[in-house]
Amino acid sequence: MVTVLIAILLPFICAALIPLLYRRLRRITHLGWFVLSVPFILFLLLARYIPQIAEGKTFIHTYEWVPSFNINFSTYLDGLSMIFGLLITGVGSLVILYSIFYLSTKESLHHFYCYLLLFMGAMLGVVFSDNLMVLYTFWELTSVSSFLLIAFWHHRKASRAGARKAMTITVFGGLSMLAGFLMLYVASGTFSIREIIANVEVIRDHTLFIPALILILIGAFTKSAQFPFHIWLPDAMEAPTPVSAYLHSATMVKAGIYLVARFSPVFGGEAVWFWLVSVIGLITLFWGSFNAVRQTDLKALLAFSTVSQLGLIMCLFGLGSVGHYYGYAENSILYTQASFAALFHLINHSTFKGALFMMVGIVDHEVGTRDIRRLGGLMALMPVTFTIAVIGSFSMAGLPPFNGFLSKEMFFAAVLAIRHVEAFSITDLGLLFPIVAWVASIFTFVYSMILISRTFFGKLQPEKMDKKPHEAPLGMLLSPIILCVFVVGIFFFPNVLGHYILEPAMASIYPTFPSTSELTPHIHAWHGINAELLMTLGVIIIGIFLFKTLNSWKPVYRIFSQRYAFNTYYNRMLEFSENSSTKLTNRYMTGNLTHYFVYIYVFFVALIAGYFIWSDTIAFDFAKDSTIESYELILVFVMMFAAVWMIFAKGRVTAMLLNGVLGYSIAFFFVIFRAPDLALTQLVVESVTTALFLLCFKYLPDLMPDASHKKVQWSKAVISIFVGATVTLVGLAVVHFDRFEPVSTYFNDSYELAGGSNVVNTILGDFRAFDTMLEVVVLLIAGLGVYTLTKLKPRKGETDHEN
Amino acid sequence: MKINDVILRTVTKTIVFIILTLGIYLFFAGHHAPGGGFIGGLVLASGIVLLYLAYDIETVHKGMPFDFKKVAALGVLLATGTAIGSLFFDVPFLSQAHSYINVPIFGEMSFSTVTLFEAGVALTVVGVVVTIILSISEDE
Repeated sequence: MVTVLIAILLPFICAALIPLLYRRLRRITHLGWFVLSVPFILFLLLARYIPQIAEGKTFIHTYEWVPSFNINFSTYLDGLSMIFGLLITGVGSLVILYSIFYLSTKESLHHFYCYLLLFMGAMLGVVFSDNLMVLYTFWELTSVSSFLLIAFWHHRKASRAGARKAMTITVFGGLSMLAGFLMLYVASGTFSIREIIANVEVIRDHTLFIPALILILIGAFTKSAQFPFHIWLPDAMEAPTPVSAYLHSATMVKAGIYLVARFSPVFGGEAVWFWLVSVIGLITLFWGSFNAVRQTDLKALLAFSTVSQLGLIMCLFGLGSVGHYYGYAENSILYTQASFAALFHLINHSTFKGALFMMVGIVDHEVGTRDIRRLGGLMALMPVTFTIAVIGSFSMAGLPPFNGFLSKEMFFAAVLAIRHVEAFSITDLGLLFPIVAWVASIFTFVYSMILISRTFFGKLQPEKMDKKPHEAPLGMLLSPIILCVFVVGIFFFPNVLGHYILEPAMASIYPTFPSTSELTPHIHAWHGINAELLMTLGVIIIGIFLFKTLNSWKPVYRIFSQRYAFNTYYNRMLEFSENSSTKLTNRYMTGNLTHYFVYIYVFFVALIAGYFIWSDTIAFDFAKDSTIESYELILVFVMMFAAVWMIFAKGRVTAMLLNGVLGYSIAFFFVIFRAPDLALTQLVVESVTTALFLLCFKYLPDLMPDASHKKVQWSKAVISIFVGATVTLVGLAVVHFDRFEPVSTYFNDSYELAGGSNVVNTILGDFRAFDTMLEVVVLLIAGLGVYTLTKLKPRKGETDHEN
Repeated sequence: MKINDVILRTVTKTIVFIILTLGIYLFFAGHHAPGGGFIGGLVLASGIVLLYLAYDIETVHKGMPFDFKKVAALGVLLATGTAIGSLFFDVPFLSQAHSYINVPIFGEMSFSTVTLFEAGVALTVVGVVVTIILSISEDE
């Protein structure tokens, strides 16, 4: 399956090419046209597999990465990853097309598209990875790229704060998810999701099963902005609108939902899973829609609405997990249809919310504001934008003839069905599901109406607008129009989508079920007058009533200053951790080198000597040692003399040269003991460090005699003696140390396996090359650190760049 | 005060070539004899540092117009690149290949992808050492 590998790598490769090419491309055209080709090609590549996936095929390919740790680059293409892959590349293409007209060439486009491609590759990596460690890496990479994109206009304080908040919360969730993955690994012995699903019966009884479940859910909830972690999403709206449309409504926030869907076969039958996913989803659904009504910023309104819709999908997956509890049965469709509705709504939400975000972007771009108190009366001036808004909002509110109506009806059917479930001690609580869902839908209806009427109806207020409003250029309208075509098209032909896209995804969520065609309900727009339809009618009637009387009940929100309470809590926590870590750090980072050496050496002695004493491996046997030659003794005395003299040296240069004597003598020892590699390295390192030291001494004052207290001096002496004793002990004891595998196998392996007769180098470059590679990276980071510290510090009188 | 460094300069002129040759020799010798990327890089770096000591930064820069930060970055890219490259041949990350090929004049020689990896190490070492020494010495 090279396609999937290409799908993951191509965005990264192009992201790497952008810095090299953008100067040349910038002169020809907008950089976006080049970038647009990436998701578009990938979309076509993936779409070619739709027929095969619809037949129930799956594609897996494993590239061995670190097989010794079970970490392999496994790509897996099945129904579920196909939905997400198509969404990421499809919406990605539209968003990039839109961004070409939204962002002017004066912006630093090369950064923008580089981050966007990074994100796209990472997101595709998340959905196509079968290996948990690889999935986690990509997962965190989406957080990082989201951070960069939110802070794209980094000169604005709010952007930076929003980016930091999103990063803090999602990375916190990611770390807990990592812990959950490791627990799953302990329980199952594999990092492969498919193998975990296959062995689920064995894992279920493990003590770490429930902790892993909770930790992984925290990861999913933070990413998908579920209550109470939703606070990052409204702040993330500081990002440019194409980013909000792409990351924060269509793709990244759905990564958590993907995770929940992917792990449904593993955790699905658990009561904890059912309650957590469905109830948190339900609370999020209500809380998001309730708060969206009070927003005055169009993007904030959409942000809360996204939170609410994500809660809806999450809740549906929770309800669908009942199907795992019952297993395959005659009427299992009653419960599995919740998952079906979830997948269906997932796609629908991406279409209408993407269109709405782009619509808001257009209003913001052409009018100069997105505050509904300053907007109004734009219908006549921006008729196309108005149409997009109506289609998107009506679909969001769940009205026909738009796709949101279908999935909303299925959602109602699912929450109604949950009343009859006799598992997980649901009983009377089951009634709460339809009620809360219904109330939340009313609020959804109300904010959808606010979105349309406050922007497009009413009186035009040109004096409050920054620009003279006019219709957007065609290029900008194109993407939302395409999405609107889908909104309407899916309503009329839902079963095409159901058969080709949703059915194979259902097979991924319910892998134990023998036949998936029974899991796939036939979607009807009209199924007679039933409870769902009556609920929708109720939503419309009460929604219109509440919308008309909005001003009279809006003061209710003054009681609920909860939204700010969560933010205050978050801020306080942040402040507390900052202050306490500053205090703690200041306590030990004194700026005094002597102190640092004390930490290092005390730690060294405690750890090394402590280990040897604890493990009782100190054993001496001088009988087998070779005899000591006289020239060796001479060298030792030279070294001792130099070491002692160094302590009493008056000048820095003297001390430095004496240190050199020590170093070169060690090199001599290496020569005597026939270790030419070590001798050579020691000689060169010694020369370079001596040169470095001499350079540094230029800036230091003359060496002052140690004026510290006698006690301090004695303690230093004691520490030094202990360090020396430890090293000597270890050197003597290590001869008889047998706790590790002997390295002598390398002597044979080096020529046969690595084709080199220099054992040391084959170990460095081949057998333990991972260490060497990371050391090289560390070396570079250290070098850049020295460079930035000395070169890029603000000159005297210059202000700090941060404000 | 102007230091009379005629001797240093004259000696450096000859010796630098010996040092650089030694560095390159050590780099290539590493597979079968003492040497290797790290030590080769370090020797090269010390040769370059000697040049900087004998002459001034501008003069050396005219002869070697490299940005040593980029040299270091290139080295890391090469080291990690050969590591990732093995994935494309369907073998685990960081796998190295080697073979013996008969070359005219030199006879049988061994070739190995480790050399590329080691070249990455060497370039990083050269880049980082020179960057550090230059940034400290330029700092006023």
